[in-house]
Amino acid sequence: MKEYPVLGKKDTRSGFGDGLLELGKKNDQVVAMCADLTGSLKMGAFKEAFPDRFFQAGIAEANMIGMAAGMTIGGKIPFTGTFANFSTSRVYDQIRQSIAYSEKNVKICASHAGLTLGEDGATHQVLEDVGMMKMLPNMCVINPCDYNQTKAATLAIADYEGPVYLRFGRPSVPIFIPEDMPFEIGKGIMLSEGTDVTIVATGHLVWKALEAAKELEGKGISAEVINIHTIKPLDEEIILNSVMKTKCIVTAEEHQIAGGLGESVSSLLCRTIPTPQEFVAVDDTFGESGTPAELMTKYGLDAIDIVTACEAVMTRK
Amino acid sequence: MADIAQLKSVSSQVRRDIVRMVHANSSGHPGGSLGCVEYFVALYFEILNHNSADFDMDGFDEDIFFLSNGHISPVWYSVLAHSGYFEKAELATFRKLNSRLQGHPATEEGLEGIRIASGSLGQGLSVGIGTAITKKLNGEDSLIYTLHGDGELQEGQIWEAAMYAAANKVDNLIATVDYNGRQIDGDVDDVLSLGDLEGKWKAFGWEVITEDNGNDIESVINVLNKAKTLTGKGKPVMILLRTEMGQGVDYMMGTHKWHGSAPNDEQLANALGQLEETLGDY
Repeated sequence: MKEYPVLGKKDTRSGFGDGLLELGKKNDQVVAMCADLTGSLKMGAFKEAFPDRFFQAGIAEANMIGMAAGMTIGGKIPFTGTFANFSTSRVYDQIRQSIAYSEKNVKICASHAGLTLGEDGATHQVLEDVGMMKMLPNMCVINPCDYNQTKAATLAIADYEGPVYLRFGRPSVPIFIPEDMPFEIGKGIMLSEGTDVTIVATGHLVWKALEAAKELEGKGISAEVINIHTIKPLDEEIILNSVMKTKCIVTAEEHQIAGGLGESVSSLLCRTIPTPQEFVAVDDTFGESGTPAELMTKYGLDAIDIVTACEAVMTRK
Repeated sequence: MADIAQLKSVSSQVRRDIVRMVHANSSGHPGGSLGCVEYFVALYFEILNHNSADFDMDGFDEDIFFLSNGHISPVWYSVLAHSGYFEKAELATFRKLNSRLQGHPATEEGLEGIRIASGSLGQGLSVGIGTAITKKLNGEDSLIYTLHGDGELQEGQIWEAAMYAAANKVDNLIATVDYNGRQIDGDVDDVLSLGDLEGKWKAFGWEVITEDNGNDIESVINVLNKAKTLTGKGKPVMILLRTEMGQGVDYMMGTHKWHGSAPNDEQLANALGQLEETLGDY
C-alpha cells in the first residue's frame, strides 16, 4: 500500500489558527469572532495581526452566531470560533434560522470535537455535531484529518459562498497530508488503493485507517483507504467506484453512529449498491473523562477496531 | 417631513391589507401587525434612506431594517409593497403554497426587502448588531433599525446582544420594542413580567427613549428622528414604543386574543367598515 511518512505532529486546531492568519492577509473581507476561547481555538495570531477584524463575543454564543449572520450583509466573511459543542447544539436554532435558512456566508469553526477533547468529559465532548449540521439544508460539513488538511480547508472555505461547518480537534496528531495537496470541497481523497475492503474515514480516524490498512496488509488483506473530509456534500462517486471493486465497506469517525459519516455512506449505498458495512464510531453513548488515547480505546475508535471491522465485514460479502 | 395626511392614508390602507391577508388564510398575526402600522409607515416613508426600486442584499450606503418579531410579517409585507419593493398584488399570496410571502419572513425565494429570516424569536438584535459592525468596517454612516416584540424580550439572546452592543459602543443602531404589553398567552406582566424595562436597558448601557404615542404617526416620526440624533455618541439607542395591539379595529383592541387569530367573514366586514380604503385594495 501507499506509504504516508509522518511529517510531524500537531493539533488540527493549529491548522485552523494558522490558516485563519493567512486568510486575514489574503482577504480583507474575512473577520473572526470568538466566544471566550481565543487561545483554545488558536485565534490569537489573527487577533494580534488584525485587531479591527477580530470580535470578542464573550460567553454568549447565540449572540455571536446572530452577529455573524448580520455581518455577512455588506460583504464580510465571518469565521466564528468556539468548542464544537457550543458551536452546534447550544446555538442550533440560531444557525438554523439566521444562517442556514437565510443562506448566510458564515463559517462556523468548531474545535475540541469528539472524545479527544479528553479530560473535560462528556459535557464538552460533542459526538452529535456532524449529524446536527448535515441535517440542515444549505450547510456544508467538513472534518479534516490533520494539521495540513485543516489549514488548507480553512483557506478553501473562504472562497466557498455559503454556510460551512468546519470541525477540528484538540490533540496533537500525526501530519501526513502533503502541505501542497489541494483541498477541494466535496472531493474525497484516495489515500491508498486496495481490492478487498474499502475503509472510508474522516477526521482523526483517517490516520488510524492508514495504520489499520497496514496491519491488514500484513494479514494479506488489501484495503482501500479513502479520506472523506467533506461529509456534506458527499463525494458519492469515489465511494461507489470503490465498493464496486471491494464489495464491502467500513466507515470510521469520531462521532455517534447516528448522524455520522457512516450513516451518510449507508444512505448512499442502500439507494445505489447495497453493500455490507461496519461502523467504527461511538454507539449511542456519551463519553467521559480520560486521556484522548484512553477514550479512543475504550470507545472502540482505534486502528485495531478498524482492522476487526474490516475482517468482520469481509465475511458478509 | 412628509405629508402627515398622506401617511395616515397609507396607514389606513395597510391596516386593510393586514386584516384581508390574515382573513384570506384564516391564519396569521393581525394584533401586533395593526399595532405597528405607524412605526412601519414612519420608517419606510420618512426615516429610512433606502432603495426600494433596486433591492440589494448588501444594501451598501442604505439604512437597513430587521424585523426580529417575524410573526408580524403582514404589516411589513404591506408596507414593503406600498414602498415599491414588490407588486401589491403579491400580497394575495401571503401564507399560500409557493409564495414568497411566507408566514414568517424568509430570504429563500428572494423577496425584495427581506435580508434575513425571522420568526424564531430573539435573534434580530444580534443580526442588527452584526450588520451595524459591517457598516462601520465598510466606512459607512448608514444606520441599522430593528424591531422587537416586548414578549420577545423574554428570550435570553436579546440580553446577550444588549450587553454586547453597549460594551462595544455599537452606536449606529436604533432598536425599537413594540411595547404593547401583550403576548399569546396573555398580558406580558402575567406571563413573565419584564419589570422595569426602561431601567433594564439603561442599566445595560443603552440610550433609552420611551414614546407613549406609538400609534400617532407624528409622534413616531419625531421619536425616530430624536433617536437618530442620539446615534454616533458611543451608545446603542432603544425606543420603547407604547402601542395598542389590534389598533384600528375596535374588537381587536384591549385584548391579547388577536395576537395570532384571524377574523372570520363577518369579523372581516366589521373591521373593513372601520378602515377607510384609501389607496385601493390589492
